[in-house]
Amino acid sequence: MDETLAIELRGISKAFGPVQANKDISIQVKRGTIHGIIGENGAGKSTLMSILYGFYRADSGEVFIGGKKTEIPDSQAAIDAGIGMVFQHFKLVENFTVLENVILGAEDGRLLKPSLAKARKLLKKLADDYEMDVDPDAIIEDLGVGQQQRVEILKALYREADILILDEPTGVLTPAEADHLFRILKGLRDEGKTIILITHKLREIMEITDTVSVMRRGEMTATVKTAETSPEQLAELMVGRKVLLRVDKTPATPGAVVLEVENLRVVDDRNVERLRGIDLTIRAGEVLGIAGVSGNGQSELLEILGGYAKGTGVIRVNGQQIDITGSASDARTRRARGIAHVPEDRQREGLIMDYRAWENIGFGYHDDPKFNSGLLMHNSALKTDCVDKMERFDVRPPDPNLAAKNFSGGNQQKIVLAREIERNPDLLLIGQPTRGVDIGAIEFIHQQIVALRDQGKAILLVSVELDEIMALSDRIAVMFDGRIMGERLPSETNQGELGLLMAGITEDAA
Amino acid sequence: MDFLGVIQLLDSSLRLATPLLLACLAGLFSERAGIFDIGLEGKMLASAFFSAAVASYTGSVWIGLMAGIGASLVLAAIHGVASITFRGNQLISGVAINFLASGLTVVIGEAWFSLGGRTPQLEGAARFQEITLPFANAVRDVPYLGPIYADFLSGHSILVYVALALVPITWWVLFRTRFGLRLRAVGENPAAVDTAGVSVVGLRYAAVMICGVLTGIAGAYLATALSAGFVKEMSAGRGFIALAALIFAKWRPWYALGATLLFGLLEALGNRFQSLDLFGIPIPTQFMQALPYILTVVILAGFVGRAIPPRAGGEPYVKER
Repeated sequence: MDETLAIELRGISKAFGPVQANKDISIQVKRGTIHGIIGENGAGKSTLMSILYGFYRADSGEVFIGGKKTEIPDSQAAIDAGIGMVFQHFKLVENFTVLENVILGAEDGRLLKPSLAKARKLLKKLADDYEMDVDPDAIIEDLGVGQQQRVEILKALYREADILILDEPTGVLTPAEADHLFRILKGLRDEGKTIILITHKLREIMEITDTVSVMRRGEMTATVKTAETSPEQLAELMVGRKVLLRVDKTPATPGAVVLEVENLRVVDDRNVERLRGIDLTIRAGEVLGIAGVSGNGQSELLEILGGYAKGTGVIRVNGQQIDITGSASDARTRRARGIAHVPEDRQREGLIMDYRAWENIGFGYHDDPKFNSGLLMHNSALKTDCVDKMERFDVRPPDPNLAAKNFSGGNQQKIVLAREIERNPDLLLIGQPTRGVDIGAIEFIHQQIVALRDQGKAILLVSVELDEIMALSDRIAVMFDGRIMGERLPSETNQGELGLLMAGITEDAA
Repeated sequence: MDFLGVIQLLDSSLRLATPLLLACLAGLFSERAGIFDIGLEGKMLASAFFSAAVASYTGSVWIGLMAGIGASLVLAAIHGVASITFRGNQLISGVAINFLASGLTVVIGEAWFSLGGRTPQLEGAARFQEITLPFANAVRDVPYLGPIYADFLSGHSILVYVALALVPITWWVLFRTRFGLRLRAVGENPAAVDTAGVSVVGLRYAAVMICGVLTGIAGAYLATALSAGFVKEMSAGRGFIALAALIFAKWRPWYALGATLLFGLLEALGNRFQSLDLFGIPIPTQFMQALPYILTVVILAGFVGRAIPPRAGGEPYVKER
């Protein structure tokens, strides 16, 4: 029995139907350390931690907590064992107050009043100890994501968790918020708490962890001390081969203006102004990257340019104004004007998941006479076209009869990309091109975007991954609260400056 | 209409609102926990039949009430098993319960009593009697306040007072107790409850069973207090009206009281003014009697403000994947 180990897992396996999410995983986590678990999407990180938290039950294997063999049949058992978890998608009741969320499930008695009073006191103390200011009476849905995340951490601390698991905690945070989170985590570690950080971001692992374990396809491939490794080595362990972390590209040679946007405004159905006067231009042969924390109007910008939101203002494509208010404002007329769109949420907007690859490959272009005789579809032409595109975009497996949902995230994205890029658009709108995409496919997708730029196309790239924006863009515009806070050249800016802009802070104010 | 006429109208509104209020609070518990229940109607009907039938056999309205609640609980359990354990569609399960109750009450009624689906007339202890509140007769002559107390508040069956008492009780349980906090949470985000180490299934069954008890009382009231015996289809859409009132009340107990009193008033108006001349234009009886149903349609069509239902309502809880 080793007292210095907070957690030890031995031979954990878990299958979901035919998918083996975790294969014979063993791991030791030392008390009082920050232990990173890194791996690509679908490598089984979250599954492993959900097993530890009692959200799923392992098919086989043993869990030791503080050296003692522990059964974790449900979350209550995990909480009793001193484990707290902050899920990637927060488990908060949105219309409850902070205080109510904190005590939910850990109330002291049948009546709420005494529990609430006690929680209020403790919350104040925790907030002071770890600089985690949250208004206990605020309603969750009124709080920003950073604050909501703090509520999740406070929930765990209120239950006296010694071991805190965080699943992809920085995905929704600005760089400044992420830094604050890391300070909190280091503070907790110094108090003797054990922290497990699940992430796919190499930079975070290098910055904050003491030890790192790498997972690949449900298996644990290595556990190393962070000080003794490098991002390159970790990337190779994650993917199983050498990867290029940088994107090779030559300087842009911008040509004629393709897209001009003036004073663009969009009001959503709850009557909130989501775009508050956007101006931008994109020339042929350049990539304009839109940086920003998600939810600051980027989605609405893509939607109105793509033709499925309405608003006011002027949009000109190749010098011709297009209708953005009337009945002729739809995705089909946008396509006719040479705009192609790779939507942010490929599973909801880019593909029909139950349809086969060849059925998906023609969406939006169904009335092309190549595919359509007026009454009947030319299915064989679609299939031939699909096989051809799958080959050129390296979609695996190259089977046109497979349903979209059966491809991995990266290959789904390649199907959408193939469909949109192959129409030879003047302007490509592309949202979150590599969200949920494995590193190998990221490399390929980035190369395709650069190649398209080099053919003289205009590209609008929206991404919440600042690394991706920095790597691909020729110019970077930062969005905050429906406005463009400023434009920068990637060579003349850094993550710190962009981070401030993303938080709505300009130089004059800072 | 004079003052006494108004008092009589209000008195009859309260009588008619009571089954709606009980069913509305029943639906409130269920829907706040995330289980939609359009089977209120069926549960009321089943309870009305069994309470009347058993009261008629035993001569005791209290045993009848227990039988009614029991029948309603059985149907609630079916709804629970279908929608919580087997994660079925809650609407379909509710519709099935309504059909089941509508058919079974008539078939069983005919088999037991051979009165064309009716139960025998209930008399004496087989029926809830009207209670005269203390001093009701003494204060009757006090101007205004006297008649309000003696003729409006006094003189109802015990179940009317139970229903009224349930309003603050429901509010207190939902907003002041641990059970209430968890119940509301499970209707908003069951995953939050699950990860907090509390059983989602247990909470939802508890809510559905409370719903069963309350609709049971509502049904028994129909057959053994408002009327004196069961008549085919006697719930007459009250379960659906209660649902409309629930939406109108934005799933809140005190608003539920207001909403159901409004429906009760409309029904009372329809009963009282069989023929009405409005500025010389005769209003047909049928229109007056259709008033509660018209309001139901108006509410359900969303003309009365935006009502936000519990966010996880109608969706079975399945862990991701």
